[in-house]
Amino acid sequence: MNRQSRAINASRSDKIFDIVNCSFMTLAFVITLYPFLNVLAISLNDSMDTVKGGIYLWPRKWTWANYDAIFSFRGLITGFKISFLRTFVGTLLGLLSSSMLAFVLSRSDFQARKLVSTFLVMTMYVSGGLIPGFILVRHLGMMNSFWVYVLPGMVSAWNVFIIRSFIDGLPSALQESAKLDGANDFTIYWRVILPLCKPVLATVALFLAVGQWNSWFDTFLYNSMARHLTTLQYELMKVLQSTQIGSNDIHDPNMSQLMNRISPESVKMAITIVVTVPILIVYPFLQRYFVKGMTLGAVKS
Amino acid sequence: MEALTAVKPLKPLKPRGKSDKFWRTLFQQKYLYLMSIPFVIWVFVFNYIPIWGWTMAFQRYRPGKSFMKQEWVGLDNFRELFHDERFYMALKNTLAMSFMGLFAGFTIPILFALLLNELRRQMFKRIVQTVSYLPHFVSWVVVAGIINKMMSIDGGINGLLMNLHIIAEPIQFLAKADWFWGIVTASDVWKETGWNSIIYLAAMTGIDPELYEAARVDGAARIRQMWHITLPGIRTTIIILLIMSIGNLINIGFEKQFLLSNPIVADKAETLDLYALNYGLQLGRYSFGTAINIFNSVVAVILLFTANTIFKRTSKESIM
Repeated sequence: MNRQSRAINASRSDKIFDIVNCSFMTLAFVITLYPFLNVLAISLNDSMDTVKGGIYLWPRKWTWANYDAIFSFRGLITGFKISFLRTFVGTLLGLLSSSMLAFVLSRSDFQARKLVSTFLVMTMYVSGGLIPGFILVRHLGMMNSFWVYVLPGMVSAWNVFIIRSFIDGLPSALQESAKLDGANDFTIYWRVILPLCKPVLATVALFLAVGQWNSWFDTFLYNSMARHLTTLQYELMKVLQSTQIGSNDIHDPNMSQLMNRISPESVKMAITIVVTVPILIVYPFLQRYFVKGMTLGAVKS
Repeated sequence: MEALTAVKPLKPLKPRGKSDKFWRTLFQQKYLYLMSIPFVIWVFVFNYIPIWGWTMAFQRYRPGKSFMKQEWVGLDNFRELFHDERFYMALKNTLAMSFMGLFAGFTIPILFALLLNELRRQMFKRIVQTVSYLPHFVSWVVVAGIINKMMSIDGGINGLLMNLHIIAEPIQFLAKADWFWGIVTASDVWKETGWNSIIYLAAMTGIDPELYEAARVDGAARIRQMWHITLPGIRTTIIILLIMSIGNLINIGFEKQFLLSNPIVADKAETLDLYALNYGLQLGRYSFGTAINIFNSVVAVILLFTANTIFKRTSKESIM
């Protein structure tokens, strides 16, 4: 077989490959997106009508009633507020602490650099686990308080090293000239380094914010007795658990009242959308940052 | 070299000068210290004190008593653990779901990245990629809700299978204990495949385009190019990620299992962490639960080191 006929053969098999590949990727696209669209359609469909089944991509009987109903539920309003608050405070504290530590660790002249760095790296490999952590939080008196959401997870070694590797890539002349101008180390951090770190800070902020917004287990573990501190994810979790196969108890009287007004199915779907939409809103804006950050973290580790 | 030996004997003569220098630098770097010490203390409290809490596993821990007044029981908690049938069940579930998750979560993102990399239309490629990350950003609570909906009697999967006449009656997937491991693995794949392929796709952009050029001139089909150029090109990335996921093998946690399980499938859903939660923490048996945590951590560390050593020997690459 000469080279030319081989090339023709190859191009034919390439065409087949392209077709197969494109259909495969289309399938992956549909599998990923369909469940979200299905949930959205059900949440916008009349709850009595939904019970009959057969709602796929488009609501049959349009209504906002499901959303009206869930927003009349007190727990959800509280959950919304607390979720927003913890996302905001948690992200801010996390960014400040990680970037500050990252700056200190990027300074090769810092005496205790090696010590602090090792101290931090160790936390990536060993952790105390669920129960010692729980006992600690109880000893610190953080049960039933807002701080349990933002304090225990504030500094993550991973985020610190992502930011540090970014700072390492900045020209060192910047810091030196600032120093000649008489700036102290804190001013250098605040005025010189932080503004330059915007891209990596955006990445880390995204990770922190998504983590805060999505967590439910800390509420379950520490704040399940504190009505005024429940988060959105936790409320959704309760609804899901209470309507699952084999468990038929809804502890919350308000919730069971809600479930009588509109079907549990519609309640679940509407809350799911409410929980997911904030992420969908910020997602397109931050996409270019997280791809960059993800790659940066992977290369450096 | 000469200068070095000349300076050396001076050192012991000037110990004061050295410590002076230390304090002077310390003073100069006061801001650096001020900026790091609070966080060092923080890390100590929230990351190191819990490790100290491991001592609980060797005590009969009673809340409210001081550390010195606790009763030490040696290895009693571990003995109790190793005699508990539920422990072996939990261990089996953990290992099974870990290995399934490792296998699927490791191969499918590579495959996905390879195929995505071959898409010629950039617009289509970008859309598929963007959508594929999406599930990574929603919480497990939401994903569990979606999986519940899709797998329910009137959900999408039953509808599809019935329309294709593969099954006659709808199946209550989540009530089938034997399917639980598979469902957890599949949900994980659905959620994380797009996200986990990012690193591979990034590694693929670093491959020299001339290699593909040469292969094309030689008449190699696309599949052969994928196999002989793209895959070897991302080899290092693959190995690093494999070692890291082996280290995390036993740390699969409990979130998915907690959210997706129900009383009917509980025996197949209970992982070690869930076991520690249900039979340790929630029953107030803190010492017993900590023993489970320790067992879990020790196995994880052993796995990580073993994987690392094996790879170091076979491929001269390691992460530590």
